[in-house]
Amino acid sequence: MYKSWWKILGSVLVMYSTIAGFLASVPPLPILHQSIRNLYFHVPMWFAMIILFTISVVHSIKYLSSSSQSDDNKAVQSVNAGIIFGMLGLVTGAIWARFTWGQAWSFDVKQNFAAIAMLLYFAYLILRNAIDEEQKRAKISAIYNIFAFPMMVVLLFVLPRLSDSLHPGNGGNPGFNAYDLDSHMRMVFYPACLGWILIGCWIYSILFRVSSLEKNK
Amino acid sequence: MQLIKEVKFLIGKELLLEWRSKYALNGVVLYVVSTVFVCFLSFVSLRGVTWNALFWIIMLFASINTVSKSFLQESKGRQLYIYTIASPLALIISKTIYNVFLMLLVTLIALAFYILVFDYVPEDMGLYLLATILGSLSFSTIFTMISAIASKAGNGGMLMAILSFPVIIPVIIMLIKLTKNAVDGLDRSVSLDEIATLLIINVLVAAFSVLLFPYLWRD
Repeated sequence: MYKSWWKILGSVLVMYSTIAGFLASVPPLPILHQSIRNLYFHVPMWFAMIILFTISVVHSIKYLSSSSQSDDNKAVQSVNAGIIFGMLGLVTGAIWARFTWGQAWSFDVKQNFAAIAMLLYFAYLILRNAIDEEQKRAKISAIYNIFAFPMMVVLLFVLPRLSDSLHPGNGGNPGFNAYDLDSHMRMVFYPACLGWILIGCWIYSILFRVSSLEKNK
Repeated sequence: MQLIKEVKFLIGKELLLEWRSKYALNGVVLYVVSTVFVCFLSFVSLRGVTWNALFWIIMLFASINTVSKSFLQESKGRQLYIYTIASPLALIISKTIYNVFLMLLVTLIALAFYILVFDYVPEDMGLYLLATILGSLSFSTIFTMISAIASKAGNGGMLMAILSFPVIIPVIIMLIKLTKNAVDGLDRSVSLDEIATLLIINVLVAAFSVLLFPYLWRD
């Protein structure tokens, strides 16, 4: 965690994917046109968010067996970092929707459920604010976090499959990999995902270290 | 076997307490009936989609009020007493089962009154009844666990609503979809997906409640 190679790798990958994302060639497609470049930014945000929330729930489970304050701190800081990525995912999605579907909020199932999943984690943070006693706060919020995680999985991965969505790969729309993700785009897309996940973990580790320094002051 | 005995005993205790005061059931029935009546006076006539959505919104608030009492109402002393005589598993199972019964009763009364007042019967009444049963089952499993969390946090009603709404929204969406099929009288095979999803969510929530509650209960 304290080694620096993965941070360098993450920043190089993000820089590479940003530059190549704006300059590399993309397949000419109707409706999407150049906005397809948003794929390099919108999708990695969700991957990073899911990874961060998974880290959080793992630390919450650890907290229940270990009762160590640092596990609790890790859980809340990874939720904080994950929420940043979730909001960015919603914003990039809304901008993309504005230009391809016509409206920033198009009443698309995936959009709605992603927003509700955000509400779950805001509720988690508010629950933490409501309790003063530290041990109690850590325990109760860990329990809510573990309870909320399967709900988030249901919201993001199960329910959208049951109804039609404007997103690619749902409701009769062809998935991206059918024709858009030609080998050129893959060369940028996969590094972008890995890069943003690493940057997310970096943000989380900085948040965690800052707050544990503040606590031990 | 010890567990089943404890669960039976705790459900008996809940029923006895309820029978003595007759507060929870009568209170919530009056709550639902007056809400339906307020809605009737403001809408006068309702059909189809709006009729269906309004019913679930009424049930959502009624069930939050009903189920949240299960933990919030108990005093610290009584909680400590139950802690010493019963296992946490027995407690959460008995509370959930009791709330399922209570919600079933309340939902059925509310549905009957709602149909009577608005004078509108869904096309496929059998499926609608199944959906309300599934609905009260999911409401009670989810809200029982959340009310336990909220009562431990010691900050009653407000926290209960904030914590439970994001969790209950997927269930409500599924229920409204399922009951809309019933209102439109679609073929029942169309609704199998929704029924399966609701059951899966219920099993998931019940499993996580049983796993997590012992940690919550131990202070």
